[in-house]
Amino acid sequence: MSFKLNIIGETGLQFFGKMSASNFHEINNVLAIINENAGLLEDFGLMIKDGSPVEPERLLAVSEKIIKQVQRANTIVKTINRFSHSVDKSVKRIDLGETLAFMAELSARIAERRGVTLKPELPATQVKITTNPFFLENLVWLCLDFAMNVTGVGKTVRLAVRQTENGALVKFTRLEAFAELQDDTFPAEQENALLGSLGAKLTADPDGGEIIITLPESIAEAA
Amino acid sequence: MRVILVDDEGELVSALAERLSFRGIEADWATNAQDAVQLVIDNENKYDLAVLDVKMPVISGLNLKKNLQEIAPSMKYIFVTGHGSGEDFKAASTETGADYYLMKPVRIEVLVEKIREMVSGEKEKKF
Repeated sequence: MSFKLNIIGETGLQFFGKMSASNFHEINNVLAIINENAGLLEDFGLMIKDGSPVEPERLLAVSEKIIKQVQRANTIVKTINRFSHSVDKSVKRIDLGETLAFMAELSARIAERRGVTLKPELPATQVKITTNPFFLENLVWLCLDFAMNVTGVGKTVRLAVRQTENGALVKFTRLEAFAELQDDTFPAEQENALLGSLGAKLTADPDGGEIIITLPESIAEAA
Repeated sequence: MRVILVDDEGELVSALAERLSFRGIEADWATNAQDAVQLVIDNENKYDLAVLDVKMPVISGLNLKKNLQEIAPSMKYIFVTGHGSGEDFKAASTETGADYYLMKPVRIEVLVEKIREMVSGEKEKKF
């Protein structure tokens, strides 16, 4: 049991670190854009001071870019803040579709760097379950990480949520290169440890190009 | 003196290119490796130096340098990284023999001085 907890602790820390690093890197990029555009405004100011005319439209265009980047930074900060609060409660009632959309947002930079598009398809009605939010996010990330490697030429991973009789399921589809995978290392030890802690099951269908996680309506009932 | 700037953040490189032009350095820019390679081909090796972001989607700055070296063997390189530890640059140095690196956000005076120094050995001329 303690070995299982160690795996969860280790993979959780790795997950937390990876997501934090990726999003802080994104903020640094935003700061760099603000820095260059603020510098450009300064250049324009110096030119005006020296008597060189600068069209007001150019000043406005640059200031609009800065405003847009500040809004972008604000969104990233909110995402990181929400992610940090994932560990506040070990059991919580959550909206699964919203959690999936949040994970797509949190992983967006990593996906972009790999040239992969994440497409969460939100259900028309809320699908709610009681679970450990951080463990679930970690499990979704590990599945996403794997899914992004086996998207094939399509380079798109679709994420879907559906209510079931006893809970809910999360589907990762369009994994076109899954069937071509030679090794059989997924799910690995860390995915299995998280599945066990969440009372969840994972079904991998390489030929159909999909992964399905089945989650109980309540983590307490599963225990 | 002509440089090419490559970063997936278009609003960064477009502003940086304009600021460099105010300081007498002609700068073109691209937001991905494919466009950068095309620019270098189209301009028949007229670039003295490339400023490359290390981390870009699909093709990294490190791999882009390998491609560009085949087209423009004499071009010099400055890498720009957003990672505070400089680990990206260490990787760049090991893999491609990078010439110099700067951390984001970049100070324009430092970049201008470095470009002049690397291209012609000339120290920064004040703007």
